[in-house]
Amino acid sequence: MSTATVDNNHSAALDAAESTDAHLITVTLRVRRYNPEVSDQASWVDYKLEMDPKERVLDALHKIKWEIDGTLTFRRSCAHGICGSDAMRINGRNRLACKTLLKDINPEKPITVEPIKGLAVLKDLVVDMEPFFQAYRDVMPFLITKGNEPTRERLQSSEDRERFDDTTKCILCAACTSSCPVFWNDGQYFGPAAIVNAHRFIFDSRDEAAEQRLEILNDRDGVWRCRTTFNCTDACPRGIEVTKAIQEVKRALITRRF
Amino acid sequence: MQIHKYDTVIVGAGGAGMRAAIEATKRSRTAVLTKLYPTRSHTGAAQGGMAAALANVEDDNWEWHTFDTIKGGDYLVDQDAAEILAKEAIDAVLDLEKMGLPFNRTPEGRIDQRRFGGHTRNHGEAAVRRSCYAADRTGHMILQTLYQNCVKEGVEFFNEFYVLDLLLTEVDGVKHTAGVVAYELATGEIHVFHAKAVIFASGGNGKFFKVTSNAHTLTGDGQAAAFRRGLPLEDMEFFQFHPTGIWRMGILLTEGARGEGGILRNKDGERFMEKYAPVMKDLASRDVVSRAIYTEIREGRGCGPEGDHVYLDLTHLPPEQLDAKLPDITEFARTYLGIEPYTDPVPIQPTAHYAMGGIPTNVQGEVLSDNTTVVPGLYAAGEVACVSVHGANRLGTNSLLDINVFGRRSGIAAAEYASTHDFVELPEDPEAQVIEMVESMRDATGNEKVTDIRKALQETMDTNAMVFRTEQTLKQAVEDIAELKRRFQRVSVQDKGKRYNTDLLEAIELGNLLDLAEVLAVSALARKESRGGHYREDFPNRDDVNFMRHTMAYREVGDDGTETIRLDYKPVVQTRYQPMERKY
Repeated sequence: MSTATVDNNHSAALDAAESTDAHLITVTLRVRRYNPEVSDQASWVDYKLEMDPKERVLDALHKIKWEIDGTLTFRRSCAHGICGSDAMRINGRNRLACKTLLKDINPEKPITVEPIKGLAVLKDLVVDMEPFFQAYRDVMPFLITKGNEPTRERLQSSEDRERFDDTTKCILCAACTSSCPVFWNDGQYFGPAAIVNAHRFIFDSRDEAAEQRLEILNDRDGVWRCRTTFNCTDACPRGIEVTKAIQEVKRALITRRF
Repeated sequence: MQIHKYDTVIVGAGGAGMRAAIEATKRSRTAVLTKLYPTRSHTGAAQGGMAAALANVEDDNWEWHTFDTIKGGDYLVDQDAAEILAKEAIDAVLDLEKMGLPFNRTPEGRIDQRRFGGHTRNHGEAAVRRSCYAADRTGHMILQTLYQNCVKEGVEFFNEFYVLDLLLTEVDGVKHTAGVVAYELATGEIHVFHAKAVIFASGGNGKFFKVTSNAHTLTGDGQAAAFRRGLPLEDMEFFQFHPTGIWRMGILLTEGARGEGGILRNKDGERFMEKYAPVMKDLASRDVVSRAIYTEIREGRGCGPEGDHVYLDLTHLPPEQLDAKLPDITEFARTYLGIEPYTDPVPIQPTAHYAMGGIPTNVQGEVLSDNTTVVPGLYAAGEVACVSVHGANRLGTNSLLDINVFGRRSGIAAAEYASTHDFVELPEDPEAQVIEMVESMRDATGNEKVTDIRKALQETMDTNAMVFRTEQTLKQAVEDIAELKRRFQRVSVQDKGKRYNTDLLEAIELGNLLDLAEVLAVSALARKESRGGHYREDFPNRDDVNFMRHTMAYREVGDDGTETIRLDYKPVVQTRYQPMERKY
């Protein structure tokens, strides 16, 4: 039987992760509240909470909703950064509330939480996602092929598969699009997420409609509006190099090579 | 109130719902009602892969896959259904590839495959590479690909519509499907959907456990709606505890981590699975591994200051392999635990993961109102359903398969039913029950809070109805749940508005969880044997004479309004495999 291959000299990080000492700290969540059923005006409301710093901002929001004010409204589902429901602006930066630990954002100061920008706020942290999904649908986000399908799978080399790997990670949370100053000023701009999802097909060796998608993105509201501020790349909770993907689409439009 | 009319209505937009929608939309006027945006569904959280005997990398065939599924389910699997699952797996994977799914590839450019728990060569000889995968985000890629194809097919979605009731109309003494009633989250408006065929594809109900891999929204809404309307629920006592959830948080770390060579170790660094499963070791079936982990913990070999977890050790694997094959779960360890899995083992514990039981269906996805009778026009697929291809314990990678095979089958069957049948009339005041449910909850002034009752429910379920169960613990659970249901009568919500009232939604979801937890506990108490995911310490052996049969639980309301659960049993469909002792 194989034994003792785990080092008993744990790293400090592992010791900290396994620690069961509850040292709660007091954090203040400063949340942007808005409910048109009650008032036309949005306002900031502070909530003081006792939290473990290893907890998520989502846990703090739940604590408010479940123990202090049930009317606080936000979307969430998986709670570990996969479903894309809970993108919000936390301390001025777009993040997923379920992927942001309190200890990682300086809980000493009030933590501001507000809805993502550029989409109409419907209630508290809930925004209208329809324009976002419409832009996504407009880039034809599905595989398009011509001719006969093989009986088995299409072949694709690992290199060809790798070519668009990064942009397959997108969870459509809108953190990128709603961090983009161009999108804030002009909601007609397709926005980074739609371009990322076009990239995912333009650079897929199996797809045969890259020209059509490029023409869609050649539009006045297409990729040329991007001013490479890199906000989108910073905002992406999946670590996608969003700005690079947009640049690759621009280059493909010039060279018509993809 | 609005009334809509569609041939086919699908409830839920995860893998099963969207796979069904792609078929149904081509054949009938179809609407998909979903309480979340489609891409938020929990299919997206599945990681390791989808089983199919493609034999792309080594010898394999669907017969071996069938056998593994039946053995994995501890012989409670309906064998005709398992055969369909394994046979149709191959086309299900190829269909997804043709729809655009970016599978990982072999050097020859074929779909790559890897090992997974319980999947073996030649009836248990050794682990086989059967799981088709896209890194450790296979579920994400399936969800995205299916949504993309729904966009392509022009599937009509009603997003953030929460289905609260199933409408049945009696015609010639037989209850027929008439539609569903939904609550629109954005406005609080009630919508009646008059339909010829309805497919429930609304997912699981794991949120009654505290440590769970399930999303907050997995509250068994479909199961509860069917149960309230007098339909049975099958095998609800069988709940899967996935061996490797992040300690205390329950976040899933794929079995693919062990498929790639990861090893479970106790506090002494011992690879303890060698003791429990000499052949398959860390890749034994999930029920076996989860019990082994808790045995180690109970016997004092758990890790950490309180000895309440073990380690998933990936440190011997090359970082390049982790980056290429397991990027998401290594990132979870970094984000949520602050550790580096290249060099540190990951603290894990079993996490409530998957409901094997659900709404009983036949292999066409048609819902049963008893052991044999079909409810005309009603279908179910995916985790909400019980076909039963998973029996007492589901094999890893068989759920992504299930949603594709039976999602497709039910989509075709429902649309064909709709195109050959007329609408039945809506029942009188179709929305009445939902309006009463919503308004009484919104206007209630009781002093109980949703959060307190939910927390107490999760505590009792984790303590009394988890990996190890006894008569005493299950009786305790039944008693606790009954008390919580009494308290729930006095629950009130703070949000009295109509717009995005998620406070109200959570209260209704809790009501569903309470009903389903009770079914689990009552069914488990009556099953005096151990089989798959249901382990009774007071009855540690499998009892094929008395219990090789499915539990069928019915809600009965007495003349005085009291509710009880009546249990009945249904024979297992056995074709070619005789039950054998289960060893890995």
